[in-house]
Amino acid sequence: MYIIIVGGGSVGYYLARTLVKTTHEVLLLERDRASHRRLAEELGEVVMQGDGCEVRIMEEAGGARADAVVAVTGDDEDNLVICQMAKRQFNVPRTIARVNNPRNEELFHRLGIDATVSSTKIIYNLIEQEIETGEVIPLAALKRGNIEIVEVEIGPKSPVLGRQVQELPLPQNALIISIIRHDHGTLPTPETRFEVDDSVIALVSADREHELRDIFAEPVG
Amino acid sequence: MNVIILGCGRVGSTLARLMYRDGHNVTVVDMLSESFRRLGSKFKGQRLVGNGIDEEVLKRAGIETCDVFVAVTQGDNRNIMAAQIAHEIYHVPTVLTRINDPVRADIYRQIGIHTICGTTIFSGLMRDFINTGVWNIAKDYNAEYLSLNV
Repeated sequence: MYIIIVGGGSVGYYLARTLVKTTHEVLLLERDRASHRRLAEELGEVVMQGDGCEVRIMEEAGGARADAVVAVTGDDEDNLVICQMAKRQFNVPRTIARVNNPRNEELFHRLGIDATVSSTKIIYNLIEQEIETGEVIPLAALKRGNIEIVEVEIGPKSPVLGRQVQELPLPQNALIISIIRHDHGTLPTPETRFEVDDSVIALVSADREHELRDIFAEPVG
Repeated sequence: MNVIILGCGRVGSTLARLMYRDGHNVTVVDMLSESFRRLGSKFKGQRLVGNGIDEEVLKRAGIETCDVFVAVTQGDNRNIMAAQIAHEIYHVPTVLTRINDPVRADIYRQIGIHTICGTTIFSGLMRDFINTGVWNIAKDYNAEYLSLNV
């Protein structure tokens, strides 16, 4: 595949550096001359100086034969226009835009961009995941059959504290396979009681995951 | 008419003053509050500090009920993005924008946004004046501008 990356900031630089080691053909476009010189010293001929919003530059860069254009500048309006021009003028099959303001993600899709990436949103989601206890964390998905292995931490307010495994109203297609207590994995019996800081490892079908969450989650507020 | 003007530079502020004097309900949006000094003391329309490609800002400016949306910031791409939000998302009846790059101006004109490209207009007017010695401008806009200060 021929991939044109527009914007030689950190994202563009590392993306280009990663892609040149693959079998893909890569071109990194950077508008600023000083930045371009620095990038070219390290990455060599795959870096080109020019404004990716200019049709003339895209033409020179070979936009007509590009399989993907990735716009990763720091300005959402530039990323939008780069992708739209690539689509309209050069019929590039796949356009990917970095979105700095997460609220622009939906807008970009409506305006014809194939895929968007928002680091703000990704990091925010990770933080949310970290702070919620009683959250069901997927550890692995079994390749076939739609079954996941998940982990649930038992917090100090969990409604299952002191209760036995057999008392839980477990959904169908869910099975508690291990309880990790003080770094020791145990195979629970129906009589095993839950203690605080237990890590419960369970098998559950993906569509029943939320029911498992409801059983273990701490009451809100 | 409800009019939103994005960008309070020379063009944005002059258009705002003309439209306000004509009796329209005008809101001007700019990232810098000091830009509003260009509006002068007679302009009594709304002034809103904010980023014109942020939908929240545009909603506060009244984009949901506006009849005319004009994007005349310094950046072509900023104008293009704002104009598309107004046209595609909020279906504003009249969307006007300035795009200085003639290629981009042509492309976005094709998708239904009224686009004015200073580059092609000024170079064409000047070439015609050089050839004919006559300004090909139907109206004396300068006199109208001067009248704003009277």
